[in-house]
Amino acid sequence: MKPVLFYKEPEKEQVINEVIPYLHDDLPDSASKVLSAFRNDRVKIPIVYVGLTTSSEVGGARKTIEAIEKYIDENELDAKLVIVGSHGLCSYEPIVEVQLPGKTRVAFGKVTENAVPPLLDGIFNGYALPELSLFQYSSDILEPWAHIPLRDELPFFANQQRVLLKNAGIINPENIIEYIAYGGYRALAKTLRKYTSDTVCRLVEESELRGRGGGGFLTGKKWRAALEVPANERILICNADESDPGAFMDRLLIESDPQRVIEGIILSAYAIGASKALIYIRNLYSLTTHRIEEAIRQAYDFGLLGYNILDSGYSLDIVIRKGPGAYVCGEETALIKSLEGKRGMPSIKPPFPTEHGYDGKPTVVNNVETIANIPDILLNGVEWFTALGTEKSKGTKMFSVSGKSNETCFIEVEMGKPLSVIYDLANGVKSGRTFKALHLGGPSGVPVTPEELEFPIGFEELQEHGIPLGSGGVQILDDTVCMVDLTKYFMHFIRNESCGKCIPCREGSNRMYKILDNISRRPYSNESHNTLERFKGVIQLETLAEVMRDTSLCGLGQTASKPLLKALKSFRDEFEEHIFDRKCRASVCRDLRTFYIDVDKCTGCTACARKCPTKAIFGTPRSPYFVVEEKCIGCGICMDTCKFSAVYFK
Amino acid sequence: MEKIIDEVLEQNGHAGMDSLIPILQEIQDRIGCLTEEVIIRVSEHLNVPTSKIYGLATFYNQFRFEKKGKYHIRICNGTSCRLNGSKWLIEYIEKNLKIKNGETSRNGIFSLEVVNCMGACEFGPVISINDQFYKTQDPDSLKELLDELSNEE
Amino acid sequence: MNYTIEVNNRKIEARKGDTILETLKRNGIKVPTLCNMETLSPTGACRLCVVEVEGRENLVTSCSHFVEPDMKIKTHSTRVVRARKALVELLLANHPDDCLYCERNGECELQNLAAELQVRERKVQHKSFGQKLDLSSPGIVRDPAKCILCGRCIRICDEVQSVSTFEFVKRGCNMYVGTTMSRDLNFSNCIFCGQCVLACPTGALRERSNVEEVMDALSNSTLIPIVQVAPSISVSIAAELGLKATKDVNGVLFAALRKMGFKYIFDSATAADIAIMEIVQELISRKEKSTDLPMLSSCCPAWVKFVEQYYPEQLSWLSTVKSPQQIMGSLIKAYFPGIGNINPSNIYSVSVMPCLAKKFEARREEMTTKGVSDVDSVISTRELVKMINLYGIDIASIDSQQADPPFSIRSSAGKLFGVAGGSSEAVARTLNFKITGKDLHNVRISELRSVNGVKEFKFKAGKQEFTFLVVNGLKNIHDLMKELIAGSVKADYVEVMACPGGCVNGGGQPFVASTKDVKLRAKVIYDIDETNAIKCAHKNPQVIEVYTNQLEEPGSEKSIKLLHTRFSKREVLL
Ligand SMILES: Cc1cc2nc3c(=O)[nH]c(=O)nc-3n(C[C@H](O)[C@H](O)[C@H](O)COP(=O)(O)O)c2cc1C
Ligand code: SF4
Ligand code: FES
Repeated sequence: MKPVLFYKEPEKEQVINEVIPYLHDDLPDSASKVLSAFRNDRVKIPIVYVGLTTSSEVGGARKTIEAIEKYIDENELDAKLVIVGSHGLCSYEPIVEVQLPGKTRVAFGKVTENAVPPLLDGIFNGYALPELSLFQYSSDILEPWAHIPLRDELPFFANQQRVLLKNAGIINPENIIEYIAYGGYRALAKTLRKYTSDTVCRLVEESELRGRGGGGFLTGKKWRAALEVPANERILICNADESDPGAFMDRLLIESDPQRVIEGIILSAYAIGASKALIYIRNLYSLTTHRIEEAIRQAYDFGLLGYNILDSGYSLDIVIRKGPGAYVCGEETALIKSLEGKRGMPSIKPPFPTEHGYDGKPTVVNNVETIANIPDILLNGVEWFTALGTEKSKGTKMFSVSGKSNETCFIEVEMGKPLSVIYDLANGVKSGRTFKALHLGGPSGVPVTPEELEFPIGFEELQEHGIPLGSGGVQILDDTVCMVDLTKYFMHFIRNESCGKCIPCREGSNRMYKILDNISRRPYSNESHNTLERFKGVIQLETLAEVMRDTSLCGLGQTASKPLLKALKSFRDEFEEHIFDRKCRASVCRDLRTFYIDVDKCTGCTACARKCPTKAIFGTPRSPYFVVEEKCIGCGICMDTCKFSAVYFK
Repeated sequence: MEKIIDEVLEQNGHAGMDSLIPILQEIQDRIGCLTEEVIIRVSEHLNVPTSKIYGLATFYNQFRFEKKGKYHIRICNGTSCRLNGSKWLIEYIEKNLKIKNGETSRNGIFSLEVVNCMGACEFGPVISINDQFYKTQDPDSLKELLDELSNEE
Repeated sequence: MNYTIEVNNRKIEARKGDTILETLKRNGIKVPTLCNMETLSPTGACRLCVVEVEGRENLVTSCSHFVEPDMKIKTHSTRVVRARKALVELLLANHPDDCLYCERNGECELQNLAAELQVRERKVQHKSFGQKLDLSSPGIVRDPAKCILCGRCIRICDEVQSVSTFEFVKRGCNMYVGTTMSRDLNFSNCIFCGQCVLACPTGALRERSNVEEVMDALSNSTLIPIVQVAPSISVSIAAELGLKATKDVNGVLFAALRKMGFKYIFDSATAADIAIMEIVQELISRKEKSTDLPMLSSCCPAWVKFVEQYYPEQLSWLSTVKSPQQIMGSLIKAYFPGIGNINPSNIYSVSVMPCLAKKFEARREEMTTKGVSDVDSVISTRELVKMINLYGIDIASIDSQQADPPFSIRSSAGKLFGVAGGSSEAVARTLNFKITGKDLHNVRISELRSVNGVKEFKFKAGKQEFTFLVVNGLKNIHDLMKELIAGSVKADYVEVMACPGGCVNGGGQPFVASTKDVKLRAKVIYDIDETNAIKCAHKNPQVIEVYTNQLEEPGSEKSIKLLHTRFSKREVLL
């Protein structure tokens, strides 16, 4: 028994003949009936759903799937196994859902391979294991399970505004019919029949949709610029590089609902009159690439892509290009360079890609999330969209939340909600720890302090307080995180990922990294100039940051100093502690630890004193030894050496 | 190896500069790494100077000029994994296997690749060996795992 | 169309389509640049040319931004100057401190910038850079520690010479400029034209200096030091020596060289005259037999290496005549001893050349006799300047002198070898005479004197029609070669000079600020041609003398042995 992935041939014929011709308008009953079957409103045999995404894969979802297959085979059950995407509850992966005939669909979390037999034993006997159960879907017609919360009432879902993620976790991402059954491709059918490119641009301009890739540029305006450049060919590029080292929402969106992205791409391409669209996706994301490839293949199969889409006379081809891995290649001009087969070094703007982009043609680069917004805007109308969010920032925003939070998740919240919603959805920090900050936007973002969590989410709304909204990667930081170390990490990242073209970015990041490294290390020699260097460096930091912002060629360099500047402002005491007191309160900067010997445990075996590289340990054999603080360089060798666990650090 | 290069180049008969990366990707996928010969052949095929290909290949993380080890270790050093201690895992490997990011150990058994965010932050620090994921949280359990692997040799 | 823009609160005119930098320059406002070069596309990499534009959040690079109507620009506000200074400080942080010992001391753009922006303190201790000094090649030394990654060498090699030896390798803080597989230069496809050395703002790329070995030879009393001076030196060196740039300073140079201790001084232009005789003979015979046409010139060693690398199938097209340097080299060791009555093994033969590839050429195996190089040492124009200064020779106070016989007289045709198109002009003159017995009625061939990368000249000598093509700057050659191979373009003689403009812009010449200076050098040569009495190689009495004394006639067995060479395919990473 293998999981059901695709549609069957007759199903495809049925949908093509009975549904697709009517998609542009209200569906006739016959079509609705066909689709209802694919929504699994009522099932005849039990269905087991397993969420398979990159994140659940690491959690062992493939083993879970094997275990379920084995269970069904061994018990000779008449049941179906279906792959779905992710609900965003990453910490509960692998998630398994079961829908029995007549009963509501119910979800269980952390179902590892060993948990499969007891779970299925129970469920097929009408018993839902309470320790695993997460939620059930609400339904008017089906019998609910007792004592299991409804999905919509779960705070995790109730506090979100899931527009892009409407289908995520629910539908089979490898079956286009399910997407259509949940309302997909109606926007495309409607648009191709009713709107011209110009109208689509106008509608998107009116919707005030802003790019979700980090820049926040008005999407309609960008499209208009490209549309107005006379050319016989234009190009749309979907930026799925997602190179922020702590963000994964674009990836999970594609893995959970790839057809939404495809529909969005077709609509965006139509709006700018492009005949070719490229998806630039990181080579490492193999499952994501597989899903989007499969989605494209199916869209071609259904006549929704390729030559003469839905008989409208509009043709489009989508090509996937795998990014060979470089953070700068998220920047649009570098991305274009990379697509052209060159080193991904950004080029000077102007000319903007909308005039002179890929292959010299007018090109629009849009983020996955931006593109995924398009179908709903066109289907539900501009008013529907502008009603979401705030004055300046419309719609919703996806975030991926990780780090030291209790739960790792990916979520979608309405603009205008306070940042604390993100914190709450991730269920705060682990018990016993204190919340320190929420880092928003990765290497070009800033840490947000607990007091600032009340600010509403939005572009201008946050910018007012010097916080860039960024692309949506969020890390929750607690007191085990050292801010110096974190900024150092980001600077290290920038220094390696900078393309190296311009001086401020290449040399500046290198310099700043060294300064930060210097303050988180001890002088290995006691030369006085080391201390002097440290002070000189710190004085330089702010000037350097300013010059980097002012003069760098591309966004990478211009924003690279943001985490540092904000951390210096909000967590100044922590920096000062490193510089003056030579202490790291989180004990992350290992060099700054000072070691002590517990007099009660020390047997005076002399082992540590012999190993200490600076001869900082003194004592008489067979009585407790002690460490001379001034001499200790924090290497930790004594701690590794001690057989009696007598060494500890503060 | 020559046959593989021939095949890939044949598939990309009239390719232009924009196929350079896909061609290199495919060759590397099949051979395991890029070599001087690959560069020469691709350069002749696309009529691009070898220096441009070398410059391009060294720019991106994906391309390597050393064969992968028998066990290819990928460690996530994304922000979240870093916060959860990937630094110590990398440090452990660098110190004990004496390889750095992108290198292969002298005996060809281990190779290391440090990547950014594998998209599974909840299980961080994430580590994969030959595309199989392990939930290895600290250097000690990593040591056990690696010892086991090298004992198999 | 013209705009008015405001710069530093002053209104100035700007032309549409000009960059801010160009506009500022035209109006006498100086903005520092580093990565920008007149002849290359702007990349906006160094960010030193930033200016403040009202309404823009960030500073704007003037080299790459076009003027817009009503722009308000500040070129030297505190913010701008501070940024520029910080950038230079950052560069210096990674730069070695050994300016005093550097080849480019006093001529370094980075040094000038640091002085201009008043960098007075090293804010960061220098940590040595991992890459090693590359001394592998006879022509060019590469010192990665001094590289500031401006990319000028990469662009010039790519955009002007289409050789693409260099490219950025790796990225971010690990980036460096390297060759394919990070090979040493000697094993790369570098043709040693030296254009990258001219482009390099610092001492990261420089010539392999032979000054010391020449000085050793000069002080060795058993050796007889002989020097030859290339035709383009005397027109390029004047400004460096504090003389008027429009002057031909041949005589002064000869005097200076004699003061240094050279026993005999010869003019390479005389060898060029001999080369013309051989080339004409070879061309006539190939034309008669209709084989190996077009004949490709072989006097530019960079071009020769280029053919050996890229067109091994077409090696037979190359003229087998040696370059003037090597002809003179052969004659000095095989002909001159008989006349001067000296022992050839005591001769130390030095040549002063505008070129770094000549250093490589002199080391070629084909250019040796019994394992000893015909030319022992090659120094560039820049090295000559250094030597003149080192020997304390006051150019202003010495009088002109003549070169020594038997190679002291040259025709102006030989002198023309210094400019692109010049050797074709010289060949055409003698060719016409050889075929028709008459001189061209207009020896001045203006078609060949333009600044274009590819020039064409057709003429009839008697009943035969000849097509000459002249190419300078190797980026122009690939397309032409393709057409020549396909046969869609026909030519009899193709003169190729690797450097744009020819030897006057050679890689060993003094650094110049603009292409205008290069044009000026060419003009001096053309002026000489106007006034010189002997305008054709075959009229040079000393050439006639060499042939009567020893070589018999052009193309004779003796000439072939002494004045011709061979070529072979080179396996390098292209
Ligand atoms: C260094 C850098 C990295 C970037 N990385 C990404 C990325 O991974 N994904 C993305 O969609 N946009 C990224 N961007 C933003 C893109 O340059 C571009 O603004 C975006 O794709 C435009 O799409 P949007 O208008 O839909 O936001 C990055 C920008 C910079 C400067
Ligand atoms: S990169 Fe810099 S110096 Fe170079 S041209 Fe531009 S701004 Fe000027
Ligand atoms: S940061 Fe490691 S998987 Fe996300």
